[in-house]
Amino acid sequence: MHTVSLESLIILLYILVLASYLGFELINKVPPTLHTPLMSGSNAISGITIVGGILACNELGYSSVSKWLGMLGLILATINVVGGYAVTNRMLKMFKKKK
Amino acid sequence: MNPLIQIAYLVASVLFIIGIKMMGRTKDARNGNLVSSIGMFVAIAATVFQVDAISLTDILICVVIGSAIGLYTASKVEMTQIPEMVALFNGFGGMASLAVAMSDFWLQTQVNGFQVGPIIGVSAVLSIFIGGLTFSGSMIAFLKLNGKISGGSVMFKGQHLINLLLLLGAVAIAIVGLTNQDNPIYFFVLIGIALLLGILTVIPIGGADMPVVISLLNSYSGMAACTTGFVLNNNVLIVSGALVGASGIILTQIMCKAMNRSLINVLLGGFGQAPSVIGDDGPAMIVKEVGVEEAAMLFDSASSVIVVPGYGMAVAQAQHTIRELSEQCEKRGIDFRFAIHPVAGRMPGHMNVLLAEANISYDKLIEMDEINDDFSNTDIVFVVGANDVVNPAARTNPQSPIFGMPILNVDKARTVIVSKRSMGKGYAGIENELFGYPNCLMLFGDAKQTVAKVVSEMKEI
Repeated sequence: MHTVSLESLIILLYILVLASYLGFELINKVPPTLHTPLMSGSNAISGITIVGGILACNELGYSSVSKWLGMLGLILATINVVGGYAVTNRMLKMFKKKK
Repeated sequence: MNPLIQIAYLVASVLFIIGIKMMGRTKDARNGNLVSSIGMFVAIAATVFQVDAISLTDILICVVIGSAIGLYTASKVEMTQIPEMVALFNGFGGMASLAVAMSDFWLQTQVNGFQVGPIIGVSAVLSIFIGGLTFSGSMIAFLKLNGKISGGSVMFKGQHLINLLLLLGAVAIAIVGLTNQDNPIYFFVLIGIALLLGILTVIPIGGADMPVVISLLNSYSGMAACTTGFVLNNNVLIVSGALVGASGIILTQIMCKAMNRSLINVLLGGFGQAPSVIGDDGPAMIVKEVGVEEAAMLFDSASSVIVVPGYGMAVAQAQHTIRELSEQCEKRGIDFRFAIHPVAGRMPGHMNVLLAEANISYDKLIEMDEINDDFSNTDIVFVVGANDVVNPAARTNPQSPIFGMPILNVDKARTVIVSKRSMGKGYAGIENELFGYPNCLMLFGDAKQTVAKVVSEMKEI
């Protein structure tokens, strides 16, 4: 069983705040032309729950609700990751500058 | 915890950040997406190392199913349907976070019989609540976008009060659930409330406000992943979730600013629901029509043309015939550009993707602020399927519901040609006074067909 102590909560909050700030700075510089690929690309990144899904599937037997929920989460997150990156790539391939 | 795995997660986080940074430049964007996907691969590989060999089969089956669905959707989706797909994926992201957080909570409280502490407990509650709300809200947005349900605003009496009560109910049930962890029923009720609230908060939001809703749900799906990171004490989830959350919030802000409305105003919904009273007392507008031959001659004699695309262009699938029009014009040495309003279409940047699909060079697509001063030196502005974003009432009529919204100043051009199906109103339910201006000509009919006729006329000139 894992627990989160108050000390590690503080560290996690540091990570959250700094990553959010960095996110704001980075996204503000993305031009409107790329907003749609940015969104489908961030769909893919939010599929990072795939990591949690894999860990949740790491349970033997199929009798537990938590195993089934883990597998559901894993399938959905994989759709996001694979579909998100693939469609973003397909879109960005079309962005061309003619001479 | 294995330090090597932690380092792998750090590498993944850095790759996500570099990937997003590269997504900010058109020529690097595709590689940026690749860098970000490598980050994802590193994170997944590091995670697979932690699991028992015996569960690998289950994991592999899930990944194969998910990948097949993902790849199929990504390769089949039409570019006009991208907003629907993003809405659907936002929902999947929310549900995935809900499922993973609930799975962990169930394992600890029901299978192992532990009581989780307040930090994990509150994180799990947030993850389940935000995830559920994101899922059902995204499904409504998806159904609205693909026309399965009415895209309009659905309002009923006491709606906001009900939403508030549901929110308070969710807080109460979460507190009860966390103090009685051996009984999971409270968590099922919490999921139910979240799903209901997701539906109720998205139904009042009308069709053209969809860019705001999709951006906001995108942000929620990131926040759900982030809170799941707190449940699992996992840094890479927190970093990626925060990046996506921030991204969605910024896009939401940009969309709201482009409509001169506050986020609260959009979320409370109902905009453009009833036709406004102000439009009725003015004198009837006299509009001038133009035929395809005359339009072709106007284009032929112009030296500069700016096209203003809107959602109507996407509906008519007219982007390819417009490329043909641009080829005809460029052959004659006519300066041919596109003016893109930030809220044109059903999601941020939607027009740019459609025009890129039609093989139009991205340096021809100009943002509102950069092109707005050029309209006065332009011979022809061709408005295809856009309405409210070119309505001069936003500048001139303080009583108009869209007054103050930044618009494209197309009325300053020498001639404006508007391609439109009929004299219907824009989504805001108001008359567009541009159509009555002396320099404005209406080209009635389906955009794809009329533009194709104009192009064939031009070929003969």
